Amino acid sequence: MKGIDLRLALPVLSLAVLLGAVFWMQPRAMSYTGLNLLFNLAVPIALATIAQMLVIMVDDIDLSIGTYVSFCACVTATLLHDTPVVGILVLAAGVGVYAALGALIELQKLPAIVVTLGMSFVWGGLAVLLLPAPGGASPDWITTIMKARPPLMPMAIVACILLALASHLLVTRSAMGTLLRGVGGNARSVARAGWSVVRLRALAYGLAGVFGVLSGMALVGLATSADANIALRYTLLSIAGVILGGGEFTGGRVSPVGAVIGALTLTLAGSFLTFIRLSPDWQIGAQGVILILVLAARLLVRRRRTA
Amino acid sequence: MDMRAVPGASGPIVELTGAGRSFGAVRALSEVNLSIGAGECVSLVGHNGAGKSTLVNLITGALGPSDGAVRRIGGDARSSGIRSVAQELSLAPNLTVAENLRIPQRDLRGLFWRGRAGLRIRTALDEVFPGHGIDAAATVADLTLAERQMVEIAMAFAEGEVPARLVILDEPTSSLDASRAEQLIAYVRRFRAAGGAVVFISHILGEVFAVATRIVVMRDGQIVEDRPNGSFTRAGLVEAMGHVARAATARTMLGPSGAPEIVATPEGLRARAGEILGLAGLAGHGQAEALARLYLSRTSNWRGRGPVPAAFVAGDRARDGVMPLWSIARNLSVAGLSHLTRAGLVDRRAEAGLAQGWRERIGIRTDDVANPILSLSGGNQQKVLFARALATGAPLVVMDDPMRGVDIGTKSDVYDMIRAEAAQGRTFLWYSTETEEMTLCDRVYVFRNGRIAAELGREQITEERILAASFEMGEGEA
Repeated sequence: MKGIDLRLALPVLSLAVLLGAVFWMQPRAMSYTGLNLLFNLAVPIALATIAQMLVIMVDDIDLSIGTYVSFCACVTATLLHDTPVVGILVLAAGVGVYAALGALIELQKLPAIVVTLGMSFVWGGLAVLLLPAPGGASPDWITTIMKARPPLMPMAIVACILLALASHLLVTRSAMGTLLRGVGGNARSVARAGWSVVRLRALAYGLAGVFGVLSGMALVGLATSADANIALRYTLLSIAGVILGGGEFTGGRVSPVGAVIGALTLTLAGSFLTFIRLSPDWQIGAQGVILILVLAARLLVRRRRTA
Repeated sequence: MDMRAVPGASGPIVELTGAGRSFGAVRALSEVNLSIGAGECVSLVGHNGAGKSTLVNLITGALGPSDGAVRRIGGDARSSGIRSVAQELSLAPNLTVAENLRIPQRDLRGLFWRGRAGLRIRTALDEVFPGHGIDAAATVADLTLAERQMVEIAMAFAEGEVPARLVILDEPTSSLDASRAEQLIAYVRRFRAAGGAVVFISHILGEVFAVATRIVVMRDGQIVEDRPNGSFTRAGLVEAMGHVARAATARTMLGPSGAPEIVATPEGLRARAGEILGLAGLAGHGQAEALARLYLSRTSNWRGRGPVPAAFVAGDRARDGVMPLWSIARNLSVAGLSHLTRAGLVDRRAEAGLAQGWRERIGIRTDDVANPILSLSGGNQQKVLFARALATGAPLVVMDDPMRGVDIGTKSDVYDMIRAEAAQGRTFLWYSTETEEMTLCDRVYVFRNGRIAAELGREQITEERILAASFEMGEGEA
């Protein structure tokens, strides 16, 4: 337990500092509605971050998650809304393609960065074919879930806590998740113990595909319509979220709870910059600076620990 | 909880009859007959490349035999209770000690699997290494090397779906101190007494004599001796591992005696100009690291101007040597480019001339040095790497097992060239796992556990002496 706490300390601290700053600048944000507004958009980002984390967990990286989420959002806003059965089939096929990519990457020893970069154009193209102009509509049940107003806490927070719990159980606690992290840590010894790394990698990618679908659905539920470029930023946001949350690019070291917190921190950083009235032209750069600061702090902490 | 082996049905746990294994044209193992029964501890000894790992892979089923048969008591290795601790560390460093047990043990799943995994590994650690002080919830990356090795060993003996019947320990004590090694040896005895069997591979002969019931000596892919422990003496064992005495033909070189010393490292490597210096010992005992340290300390001038102080010949061509997309000429010239530049640009004509000259001198088999390097055979690629090093004009040439996978014709070409270059005052540091090549050297340092264990002068370089120094003979004998 101690190891988990230390790894999580920095993400939690960065979130707390940012939240404190936002509350200090805008005390009205400290309310049910305020929190909901602050964190609303964090839900799809957190889902995409978990998807990215599942791929990073097996020592790969997914550069297509942004366009894949856009594609899923377009399917949700068109096919799933108009003909639910076809929509479900198409989304399931998307998950199948993800699993197949994982198997292909392992079988052919391909670099995931190249395969997923290529796939990002495929997903982007499919999304444009489905929805050449922004539009579509969200299925009612998704909107109902996303806009629900549970007592005590806003939906965005409830969803993020549930997501953190579920992915913690799936990745950190379950026997299967442990094996998947083993693939990231030492794929050779997993293979030597008689497991099929092809199937395990396909499983990790397939799960990432599932979380990508959920992310697209959540996004449409919030935005009530879709657009082929709706989630392009998610590729970099999700990678940043995993790393902010204490994960590492290699070696299967990931933290699902940290990844959700990382996604929340990134969302909050955007709101914070709006609150200090930074011109939108500078916001992306400023977000990058925040990211670099947090990562530099992590490096310092780690160096002190090993020294 | 009893986690010891359950004596299985009568008959051997594993039996190899006429088993052989080839990799392409190379026969790694041939005509092996070996049977291991309950209560035995079989020690496998032999030089590098004697076929020990191939034999282990046949037993575990990681490799199938190309001829002959391997029979196990329960079909495949897992249901026969055959487990192995590999030589290189095979834990997943990002997982905890208990989580690592999940990788080999398939019945660890469902609710509360973590509790069961923790209990199993703790029990095993307590039994094998009393007082180990390892927390089952600790992440493996935070453990010391010795602790990791202890965890790996304990995992192999831990309770599982199928109890451990035969455990293969490949250099299990390489990171353990003497008291932990003793605990392991004592545990192996208890495990044996309870009906388990062990295959024990070690380069420390003291341990082999302490633990084995039977000693199997391997040489050139065959079992040459298979006798009970008591019938070997240490000297006899070393002799059984060695080859025939080397041919006396390779002794025509004349090392310098009055030449200036040009290498002197803190760890004790010394070389004079014009000397051919061998680094021997079992693979992975620090020779390559010593060479890399020396080489990098000589060549860390990032501006790369002026004469090249040292050149490197890689043994692992794909990793350290060949630029696969470049032509032969460019691969050859890259180390000495500072001689070929004019106003910061590469002089293409001079480069082609250099490559052409070396092609003739060293006999690289190609019509055109502009061909891609991968159009050459492995041996000819290695010649290009030699030429690359020699063309720099560096006074010191460092060679990291450069003859790996090279045919005999190329070898003798290169041996001649090394001798000719040494006669002109160049110094060669040559790491090789092949004892035959060591007999071409003026002096040999034998490495063991990262340190120089012995220095052999010209007249002392024999296979027996190198082997004797590579294996720890026990107290005071090495």
